[in-house]
Amino acid sequence: MTMPHPDLVAVLAGLLAVLIVASTIGYVLERRLSPDGSNAVIENLNHRIRAWWVMIVLMGLALVGGRTGVTLLFAFCSFAAFREFITLTTTRRADHWALAVAFFIVLPVQYYLIWIGWYGLYSIFIPVYAFLLMPIIAALRGDTDHFLVRIAEVQWALMICVFCISHVPALLTLEIPGFEGRNVLLIAYLVIVVQMSDVLQYVWGKLIGRTKIAPRLSPSKTVEGFVGGALSATAVGAGLSWMTPFTMFQSAFLSLVIVLMGFFGGLVMSAIKRDRGVKDWGHMIAGHGGFIDRLDSVVFSAPIFFHLVRYGWSAT
Amino acid sequence: MREAGISLAGTLILLFARFLTAVRGQWEGIAPTDEQRIYFANHASHGDFVLIWTVLPRRMRLASRPVAGSDYWLKGRLRRFIGRDVFNAVLIDRTSPNRGSDAIGLMTDALDAGSSLIVFPEGTRNATQDPLLPFKSGLFHLARARPKVVLVPVWIDNLNRVMPKGEFVPIPLICTVTFGAALNIAEGETKKDFLARAQAALLALSPKASAP
Repeated sequence: MTMPHPDLVAVLAGLLAVLIVASTIGYVLERRLSPDGSNAVIENLNHRIRAWWVMIVLMGLALVGGRTGVTLLFAFCSFAAFREFITLTTTRRADHWALAVAFFIVLPVQYYLIWIGWYGLYSIFIPVYAFLLMPIIAALRGDTDHFLVRIAEVQWALMICVFCISHVPALLTLEIPGFEGRNVLLIAYLVIVVQMSDVLQYVWGKLIGRTKIAPRLSPSKTVEGFVGGALSATAVGAGLSWMTPFTMFQSAFLSLVIVLMGFFGGLVMSAIKRDRGVKDWGHMIAGHGGFIDRLDSVVFSAPIFFHLVRYGWSAT
Repeated sequence: MREAGISLAGTLILLFARFLTAVRGQWEGIAPTDEQRIYFANHASHGDFVLIWTVLPRRMRLASRPVAGSDYWLKGRLRRFIGRDVFNAVLIDRTSPNRGSDAIGLMTDALDAGSSLIVFPEGTRNATQDPLLPFKSGLFHLARARPKVVLVPVWIDNLNRVMPKGEFVPIPLICTVTFGAALNIAEGETKKDFLARAQAALLALSPKASAP
């Protein structure tokens, strides 16, 4: 293993500092306002900060571990997200083999293709090969009840949980002149901008949020929170241009795209949760619901960010 | 050496169960304490008591013995090792002519030795569309034999989708194990009344019962 790039060390040190500050604030708030654990907002905040520690440590280890570490981490995230998604679908006995193939063949193959960097195949493997193969397997079982719905559900689950998430580690396969050996910073950049946008929208919404943006989907999202969060996260993204191959304006633009896709991705995933009558996708992370609850914004922004960067900056 | 092998096998089975199902225990009607109990659960898969076992805290897990059919668990070395050594199951011979009284005897022996029990009162795996099969009378006789020990209903959700009867590749899906409020047999309660009450208590824990 080689030493991580100095910029990566700087990013991780920065995140560590932010987390220490956040934990300190959380601790002080708890001592002052909620010593008996009765203030739900503060309890929730502290749960989130604790889960953040776990995520940052895992993320840091993966980033230091290079392509293999990052690919393994996101393959596991895909697995957990896919497991949550399929739990909520109406799949039945006749889908058993199609699902087994999706879990134990399609998912590992997709990540293997990313690990070896075969762009020509990993960018179409799921939408072409998997999407045609899986209905065939399901049809062979002969159960036609709700066939279209079942097929569509499994395909969308694969699209969201495997295809989209796999575009995060795919960022490592880009060859950007003058940026060699630093691609992990693109992942750190994407994740930081997405998560800052979530946090800042939450904060702005709590401070000045009045007008609900989509009351039926997500009662906590407000116009003020969205605009404030999006603009400040874009500003944060612009300020992070030093860790990317982008200029400050380019970085602001890409951050805005990431933030918008992340926001609308969150809305879409909320709509699915409403439809299924659940509040969270799962129960994996205390204070955060399931994996998909944490990944929904990254899911929608990762492929777009990947292709914009590939089109605009990559040599291949 | 043998002890280490048993404990390693137990840990591997727990890890595998968590990997497949991310199972979580929901202690809704009762707290996870060391009290002696008879857990009775719905039965759709051979993995059922593995899930209950996985969500029990370690000390309670070691004190809890599943009750299972010896015709299945004594067949083959691996099953025998898992059933008898790893799970420490109370094995019941379902083919013996006076199986009823023998089975109750084995279970009360285990209770008298201080163990908790995990039983599946449907008697066999449920492969039907109904949420529960009618309970066999075993639970009633057991409750009558040791009326002081509390009975805890346990609903296992989703495991039948992970591995339907007849499939051999499991699908990863999230499962939950819900523990309801304890019940005891009442003085003079008839078999019919008691079994109906126990069945209703278990069914009330299923998510479909609470869905609108």
